[in-house]
Amino acid sequence: SSWWSHVEMGPPDPILGVTEAYKRDTNSKKMNLGVGAYRDDNGKPYVLNCVRKAEAMIASKKMDKEYLPIGGLADFTRASAELALGENSEAFKSGRYVTVQGISGTGSLRIGANFLQRFFKASRDVYLPKPSWGNHTPIFRDAGMQLQAYRYYDPKTCSLDFSGAMDDISKIPEKSIILLHACAHNPTGVDPRQEQWKELAATVKKRNLLVYFDMAYQGFASGDINRDAWAVRHFIEQGINIVLSQSFAKNMGLYGERAGAFTVICSDADEAKRVESQLKILIRPMYSNPPVNGARIASMILNTPDLRKEWLTEVKGMADRIISMRTQLVSNLKKEGSSHNWQHITDQIGMFCFTGLKPEQVERLIKEFSVYMTKDGRISVAGVTSGNVGYLAHAIHQVTK
Amino acid sequence: AYRTDEGQPWVLPVVKKVEQMIANDNSLNHEYLPILGLPEFRANASRIALGDDSPAIKENRVGSVQSLGGTGALRIGAEFLRRWYNGNNNTATPVYVSAPSWENHNSVFMDAGFKDIRTYHYWDAAKRGLDLQGLLNDMEHAPEFSIFILHACAHNPTGTDPTPEQWKQIATVMKRRSLFPFFDSAYQGFASGSLDKDAWAVRYFVSEGFELFCAQSFSKNFGLYNERVGNLTVVGKDADNVQRVLSQMEKIVRTTWSNPPSQGARIVATTLSSPQLFDEWKGNVKTMADRVLLMRSELRSRLEALGTPGTWNHITEQIGMFSFTGLNPKQVEYMIKEKHIYLMASGRINMCGLTTKNLDYVAKSIHEAVTKIQ
Repeated sequence: SSWWSHVEMGPPDPILGVTEAYKRDTNSKKMNLGVGAYRDDNGKPYVLNCVRKAEAMIASKKMDKEYLPIGGLADFTRASAELALGENSEAFKSGRYVTVQGISGTGSLRIGANFLQRFFKASRDVYLPKPSWGNHTPIFRDAGMQLQAYRYYDPKTCSLDFSGAMDDISKIPEKSIILLHACAHNPTGVDPRQEQWKELAATVKKRNLLVYFDMAYQGFASGDINRDAWAVRHFIEQGINIVLSQSFAKNMGLYGERAGAFTVICSDADEAKRVESQLKILIRPMYSNPPVNGARIASMILNTPDLRKEWLTEVKGMADRIISMRTQLVSNLKKEGSSHNWQHITDQIGMFCFTGLKPEQVERLIKEFSVYMTKDGRISVAGVTSGNVGYLAHAIHQVTK
Repeated sequence: AYRTDEGQPWVLPVVKKVEQMIANDNSLNHEYLPILGLPEFRANASRIALGDDSPAIKENRVGSVQSLGGTGALRIGAEFLRRWYNGNNNTATPVYVSAPSWENHNSVFMDAGFKDIRTYHYWDAAKRGLDLQGLLNDMEHAPEFSIFILHACAHNPTGTDPTPEQWKQIATVMKRRSLFPFFDSAYQGFASGSLDKDAWAVRYFVSEGFELFCAQSFSKNFGLYNERVGNLTVVGKDADNVQRVLSQMEKIVRTTWSNPPSQGARIVATTLSSPQLFDEWKGNVKTMADRVLLMRSELRSRLEALGTPGTWNHITEQIGMFSFTGLNPKQVEYMIKEKHIYLMASGRINMCGLTTKNLDYVAKSIHEAVTKIQ
């Protein structure tokens, strides 16, 4: 008999299921709108030119493969912090922060979650927006934290339930942890406006909450890295010492290279040093030290003026294509004769769009039109191209008219 | 980390070649790997550990999880065991780590949630070798179902491995007491120069019908330290059990790093799946192993020629990167302060730090330390 007879089969991944079904479909018009990675207008993965150039530069330096420090590549972590905080940030210039390299967004979130479990004794409660990225909950749970929620998405309007959010947040027990998506909320694409962020910051400060920002789409959301980091920077300017997780998976297309960072804004540089030492103690028994490749590429890009300029253009290009697909989808729906209000498609931002489609409608889209998405009506706009946006609009109109 | 005779890090020639191939392949991109890793990497990595003719592979009861180095593989295994081994979420299951061991073993299992981490006798300082009786005794008295971390070869930090006969005795006791073998294999090929020889213990346990975990690192034998290439090999009773185990490991991976880094895995997979590159790699590994073996024999012969008090056969009997010289803390302090030779207070030296240029100096310094300081 086996030690593992009682081990249950893990649940199938819902998003994977979408892709599996898509692969089996023989319809030539099929569309995979579950994909969480950017695609170009031909539906192909896109390796950024600045990434290719950085790789060539790195190869020519013929570096060795010695272990990175536990906290990662220093040039990378410093550049990541500067990218998020802004070069003029007082917190950055004074050195009252620590940034460690993490395994893309997930790894950075997990380091932060473990750090809070060990050192944030005031509360075990992490408040997530409703809904949030599916993996947030298990990450915090596995780290030993408890999950709560605050209202966020309004399914009636397909936009932000701001009053609901403010109402819930103003009642969160003091010294709880609140997680906020810095930009391009996943999965809804619904972000607060700057005026709303200001109110959120004031409320969060009044409630004395620990703010955990998840920024996975800086640059990728609006096309402007400073605009996308506005909320993060505003909170810090208001004297809120946030913790922050960054990912370079989407904005640099470095998905499988796992480039990310976790930052803690501290009272002063001394506190930052002490926090850093504890982060290293957490990281060492997880994987010892982080992988170099993605961090080196990102660092080369951020720290080489020409490459950085090229990157800003390319990330804007990706964001612009997504925005253009949103616009075209709405105009095509109008052309189809749809009488519904599809404004939320262009109001929402980033890779994902909560269409507002109901499960029965989604099922029809899959079965009758071979358009694949998750049951909650979420589509990845990255999977839309100028070649298939017309078909998508037609299909959506058919199931909603 | 390995060093050449010039005292420099060494990127393996086969790695340079394969990296160039990868760079020139325009069909490659940076898309996410599956959660469990690159399929070609996983299959090849486990095949390297278990052998081409492994009954477990033939019977389709081997699973693999690409991990962030050997540490990552250990952590995924530990997290799984804490959740699913010996009942559900049984944090009280004792975990035994050798005395001494790599100090991170303790932290990995502690952070994975195990509450009872103990040591088992291993190093006999008096005779400078394996304390087999102590080890077997600890296993006899360990609670049933205890987990034992075993170094597959090139024990870190002592460099002292059980012989095949001793491994057989260990396996007999473990089977009778229902103890779980969790192998840490960080030096396959690097220890003796032979992949098969260095994997003998793991393969023996498999042939004896054990279900086991083996955390593999490709940091040293591929010189891919900072790419974080590792693999957790799972050997189970049958395919169904292994499948369920992997599905749960997937959940653990998803909340730890989502999916593993691709660069290092691509290098290893490409190398292991090409007969030509595989041979080239084995040659590179042997180059490293042979240099270390040469330094061992050269150091020993110098000490014996100098007439340094004590016996020095342990230098060549030990294997792998490290050697427990037997120098005591005071002698170590002398080495550091007076001779500027840096080693651990335990008397552990990294053989890779020896070169043809510094052998004489190191031998003379050890001689001085042993004769001047008691």
